[in-house]
Amino acid sequence: MSTTTVPASTATTRATRAELLRLRKWPAVWITVGSWLALSLMFGYLFNYLSYRSGDSSFSNEGATKATLLAEMLPASVPDVLVQGMPMFGGALMMVLGAIVAGNGYGWGTWKTVFSQGVDRSATVLGSLVALTAYVVGILAVTLALDLGISLLIAVTESQDVVLPSLSAVLEALGAGFLVLEMWAVVGYALGTVARGPALSVGLGLVWALVIENLLRGVGQLLSWIDALTTVLPGTAAGSLIGSIVGVGGEDPTPGVLDTVSGTRGAITVACYIVVAAAVSVVVVRRRDVG
Amino acid sequence: MTDNHSLVVTTDALTKRYGDRTAVDHVSMTVRRGEVYGFLGPNGAGKTTTLRMLLGLVRPSSGTATVATDRVGALIEGPGFHPYLSGRDNLRVLARARGLAGTEVARALERVDLSNRADDRYKGYSLGMKQRLGVAAALMGDPELIVLDEPTNGLDPAGMADMRELVVDLARGGQTVLLSSHLLAEVQEICDRVGVIHDGRLLRESTVAELRGGTSLRVRATPEPEALAVAMRLAGDDAVRRTATGLALDLPADAAPHLARELVAAGIDIHELTTVERTLEEVFFEMTSTHHEEHVS
Repeated sequence: MSTTTVPASTATTRATRAELLRLRKWPAVWITVGSWLALSLMFGYLFNYLSYRSGDSSFSNEGATKATLLAEMLPASVPDVLVQGMPMFGGALMMVLGAIVAGNGYGWGTWKTVFSQGVDRSATVLGSLVALTAYVVGILAVTLALDLGISLLIAVTESQDVVLPSLSAVLEALGAGFLVLEMWAVVGYALGTVARGPALSVGLGLVWALVIENLLRGVGQLLSWIDALTTVLPGTAAGSLIGSIVGVGGEDPTPGVLDTVSGTRGAITVACYIVVAAAVSVVVVRRRDVG
Repeated sequence: MTDNHSLVVTTDALTKRYGDRTAVDHVSMTVRRGEVYGFLGPNGAGKTTTLRMLLGLVRPSSGTATVATDRVGALIEGPGFHPYLSGRDNLRVLARARGLAGTEVARALERVDLSNRADDRYKGYSLGMKQRLGVAAALMGDPELIVLDEPTNGLDPAGMADMRELVVDLARGGQTVLLSSHLLAEVQEICDRVGVIHDGRLLRESTVAELRGGTSLRVRATPEPEALAVAMRLAGDDAVRRTATGLALDLPADAAPHLARELVAAGIDIHELTTVERTLEEVFFEMTSTHHEEHVS
């Protein structure tokens, strides 16, 4: 059957509007977004503030002094706080988001319903990815606003001078954060598409991101060729990009934050994964039989 | 001869293979503009796979499928909607994806009599309501061709009657309906032409009347051997069959008086002489069982 003959940009815009509507009304999306915000604030401010107020040195602050703890919670540190959780739970949650956005439609038969109405498959996938990207941008914006608000509150509460981060630092953190979250979201989308469902894709994706890559980095210390391979893995690239902003210091650095490759190379690798994962999604959906 | 411009759907040797299994085998069918076309076949005959190929959901292994319009609405193998959205929002999502006005949603819901439950979540719908929402989705945008795959699945008798009425209304409005079903009485009632598919092959494509093959006569008379001899003389040896209830003759209804006179003249007592019209169901079972026997032998 011939698909409706409308310009690709119009078809993509239509698909984006449709996806934004269904994502806005989907509880699972808000649970995932809420989980990121809660975890981000918990590890960025709550535990540190409790530790600062009580004077305890614990797991969450890794024995930092009270002055250091306070400095990490003030507005000037917002760019670091914004991105430090992204290589670990931020990426994992965005992968879940991408996998459910793409994968659930196969189980529910909603992709079949859409494609049987004569809409263009490529435009539909691109529209879906644009809507997913809009959520990633929204998540970043809300996280930045919350981080700024809470850090200002802490500064005022603790009678500290309010020193805002430089615009360049904020933009750098936003750019890096966008690349990392977008990469995991689009990779999750590609996995959900290939697996035709969210369960397998989420499971495999999380095992890869949280376990396999860490194991490979360990093995890489013994075998040089595996060590070379790990430098192009998505987790290594994302961790290194974030590491170039927040730094990888101390004996017990933030999980997932690395200095394996430079920030620039990390950014390029992450961008490549975004393009490849999006292309895989489009090609697979265009070519496959939809039951 | 059919003018090509009047054809909405044309397939030419359409074939789909899954590994060694041939699900659809060289199907060549045509659906004319403005007709209700019944696509008949038992479960697993290849109906849904053929429709999927028409709609571009599945790629043919060989052959072609041409749909001469891009205004197509379809319900294929049951409805597929987002369970967390209301019926109305599900249609709004589809309307946005297709660039349709929001008014299309309300109109489609009204058409399938679902307006009063449109704001309930889809996951709370009964099977019949889900089916009606699927049909509503197919009706949005005033499609020229509407493909309905087993649209009465899950509907109660009243719902089935409503669906039949809706299909007839659509045809009256000039829309072409391609209706797949295994409910033969339903097809006999509302379809202009039918295609019968079995084991992936299109066995026959014709009008319902042609397929049913007109009428036959049934006679119960004694003594039966003499009655059989008279019947064979009139109708021919191949046109007479012995059945549990008497003799069946492949003769038109207007041959009944002549038959009666001949039987009486031969001194045979007639206990019953009736005109029998074969149902689509009888023809269908005859065709599919014959095909099956040929296939097995």
